[in-house]
Amino acid sequence: MGEPLVVMEGIDKSFPGVHALDQCHFELLPGEVHALVGENGAGKSTLMKVLSGIYKAEAGRIVYKGKEVEIPNPRAAQQLGISMIHQELNLMPHLTVAQNIFIGREPRHHIRFMLDEKALNDQAQQVFALLHLNLDPRIKVADLTVAKQQMVEIAKALSFNAEVLIMDEPTAALTDTEIDELFRIIDDLRTKGVGVVHISHRLEELKQISDRVTVMRDGKYIDTVKTREASIDRIISMMVGRTIFEATPEVPEKPSEEIVLEAKNLTRGNLIKDVSFQLKKGEILGFSGLVGAGRTEVARAVFGADPIDSGEIYVKGIKVHIGSPNDAVKHGIGYLSEDRKRYGLALGMDVEENVVLAAFKKFLGAFGWVNRSKTRSTAEQYVKMLAVKTPSLQQKVRNLSGGNQQKVILGKWLTADTNILIFDEPTRGIDVGAKSEIYHLLNNLAQQGKSIIMISSELPEILRMSHRVVVMCEGRITGELNIAEATQEKIMQYATQRGEVLLVDEPAPTSAPLGDA
Amino acid sequence: MEAKTAPRSSLLRPERIQRFLAFGGLIALIVVFSLASQYFLKPDNIGGIFLATAVNGVLALGVTFVIINGGIDLSVGTVMTFSAVMTAQFITIWQMPVPVGILAGLLTGALCGLANGLMVTKMKVPPFVATLGMLYITKGLSLVVSQLKPIYFNDTPIFNQVAMGSVLGDLARVVIGVFDPSNPMVLEPLANPTIVDPIKNIVLVFFGAAIIAAFILGKTILGRYTFAMGSNVEATRLSGVNVDRWQTAIYTLCGLFAGLAGVIIGARLNSAQPALGAGYELDAIAAAVIGGTSLSGGEGSILGTVIGAFVISVLANGLRILSVPQEWQIVVTGTILVLAVYLDRRRKK
Repeated sequence: MGEPLVVMEGIDKSFPGVHALDQCHFELLPGEVHALVGENGAGKSTLMKVLSGIYKAEAGRIVYKGKEVEIPNPRAAQQLGISMIHQELNLMPHLTVAQNIFIGREPRHHIRFMLDEKALNDQAQQVFALLHLNLDPRIKVADLTVAKQQMVEIAKALSFNAEVLIMDEPTAALTDTEIDELFRIIDDLRTKGVGVVHISHRLEELKQISDRVTVMRDGKYIDTVKTREASIDRIISMMVGRTIFEATPEVPEKPSEEIVLEAKNLTRGNLIKDVSFQLKKGEILGFSGLVGAGRTEVARAVFGADPIDSGEIYVKGIKVHIGSPNDAVKHGIGYLSEDRKRYGLALGMDVEENVVLAAFKKFLGAFGWVNRSKTRSTAEQYVKMLAVKTPSLQQKVRNLSGGNQQKVILGKWLTADTNILIFDEPTRGIDVGAKSEIYHLLNNLAQQGKSIIMISSELPEILRMSHRVVVMCEGRITGELNIAEATQEKIMQYATQRGEVLLVDEPAPTSAPLGDA
Repeated sequence: MEAKTAPRSSLLRPERIQRFLAFGGLIALIVVFSLASQYFLKPDNIGGIFLATAVNGVLALGVTFVIINGGIDLSVGTVMTFSAVMTAQFITIWQMPVPVGILAGLLTGALCGLANGLMVTKMKVPPFVATLGMLYITKGLSLVVSQLKPIYFNDTPIFNQVAMGSVLGDLARVVIGVFDPSNPMVLEPLANPTIVDPIKNIVLVFFGAAIIAAFILGKTILGRYTFAMGSNVEATRLSGVNVDRWQTAIYTLCGLFAGLAGVIIGARLNSAQPALGAGYELDAIAAAVIGGTSLSGGEGSILGTVIGAFVISVLANGLRILSVPQEWQIVVTGTILVLAVYLDRRRKK
């Protein structure tokens, strides 16, 4: 396939507290579909955002068509012929398809400030013709399915005469037939000599469409292999590596057999599909899976934050109706959101007020006023017990570190007498020292007989903390593992198992099946 | 591919439904009021409604741009007043020719709008706060410049005469005169007005401004970016559009319309009233919202806003004819506003 289209060498990028890219390497050939894989946070999107001018690398060089280039902004990338389609689509829903494609470079009337709507629609039509896409340029983007919106993004990218097309998880929201259509277009582009970078978690899908696979892990380049020569198992083992987590998992004591929470056949649209699980007293149940697998959705459903279409929830064997978070709290369920600042805390209020917030009624005196001495002693008790580092109870929660904020939320739920605690990414954005403190707390709570659901995208965390692991993919539970049998590889396999597709070890067919071209 | 991509009938587009809802409401109001009072459909009364709509309508045109863009402008009422005061300052105090005074009024509005735009884009002050500040600033400046007193256009009666004259009426008289030179409407026009005489010239200015606004919003780059930024400002930025510059332009345009409203209200009242103005911005925003402009941005139309402005003035006029006390008129306007947005929400669900 000749000279590479893109070569990225020694790319380095840091964000506060994270070394996102460490000496990364990447190479793209013309007419190649190149898959970029890795766990959440491996640095795939960041690397591609460097290539498309959204981030600026601190070190390293980018060679494009044999020449070293600077890519300071997305505009510059587009002018070179590099376009990126982001995970969250960047469209203007109120505008039409054609208006979206040519935003910022609309064809003008001969009076310069006037738009030439006809030329606009004609040009959009031409782009669609190139893609063999049947789409009305005058339809509003808001009226399209997500798949069609994706096509609009692709058309937009190609209307810049893109020679490099980067797609960040393009199939995440698509159905199988829509994916076939997308792959037909990708295949089409390949024959036209466009280099396509395909970021995805779905390994069997990569087998179907890609020519080569580059694996990243923890911000580092691991290897690039020909897709047809690599088994999925090998790719997975490259993705998880064996060195990330050296400590032996400290499995807490065995929980009792008493089931405190049971969910049966929870269903909510496409987000939660027939999810059932049990939680025992004193157990830490890990919920693993990739971002967007539906774990948070399940947690929110159990907590009553989102309505469910069908399904039943039992607390201590009794069927309960949970229509709102208020109901959940009454049944002793607490939820610690992954977005602490948004959903977990009243940031502008102090530690004491936050701790008593969910159980205010307990602190009301005879005429409805708050018993301050009682709230103070309760808050003091939890601050001590959870070792919250705060100068005083009157410190605004906003000024605490992430780990300490997490502890305040925990204190809040403990004050509200919850026995079932759902932790959604409990250590996200928390530094390493505070992390082990949180782990310690979780273990303590379990030993005291609290039951814990821990949603985490970090496999080592899941393996270290859980008694059992439930793995989700696309709204379904795809596997359940006892901690004794759980490995990163096994979890990863379940987590990438979409729909009814089973993983095969043999090399997949080399050419992608053609859609209804 | 599948039939899903077939364009929905354009009549069923959400903002059109809202516009039809507003239009239907307007028709319903007219029917009810004309059944309730014979006076309602008299030419004089219709002329009064048009006149009442003109000032609020022009303000609402500018506000429509800002709201579609995803912002808000609370300062249009007092910017209008300040523009009127500046016009009076130029014409009456500094004895400048009337056209120069008009230009000064328009420019004052545009400059206030420009300042709003720069506060929002460069200083990153939220639109609500920036324009609230401008509301106070222009309110104060009006009082400062006018020294707390109304300024009358007594030396230039032509200003008021042209504004409150009726080109349409004159035209009608010319046409009638050709066929029937002895018609009393031609011989004694003051005692025998034609049916179109109540449509004053400033009403025509309003319609002219509306047509220009509709053209800008629908056919020009500025209009396109107004919708684009209101729909998804980040995507627009990533597409290489200079978002700050266009946003500033939109606020400036809104200010320009407020300036025009200032000139109109000055001409109509034959004076600049420095204490007037606060509260007009709310009527203007209400007109836009009733007409289907979404406060979350990305949706709206000039036609809808014009209809919305008429809904408000027809309501006020009709209730007044029915001798509903003015304080209750305000209550009804508020109720209608909430109702309009409620129906909009329900439709979107």
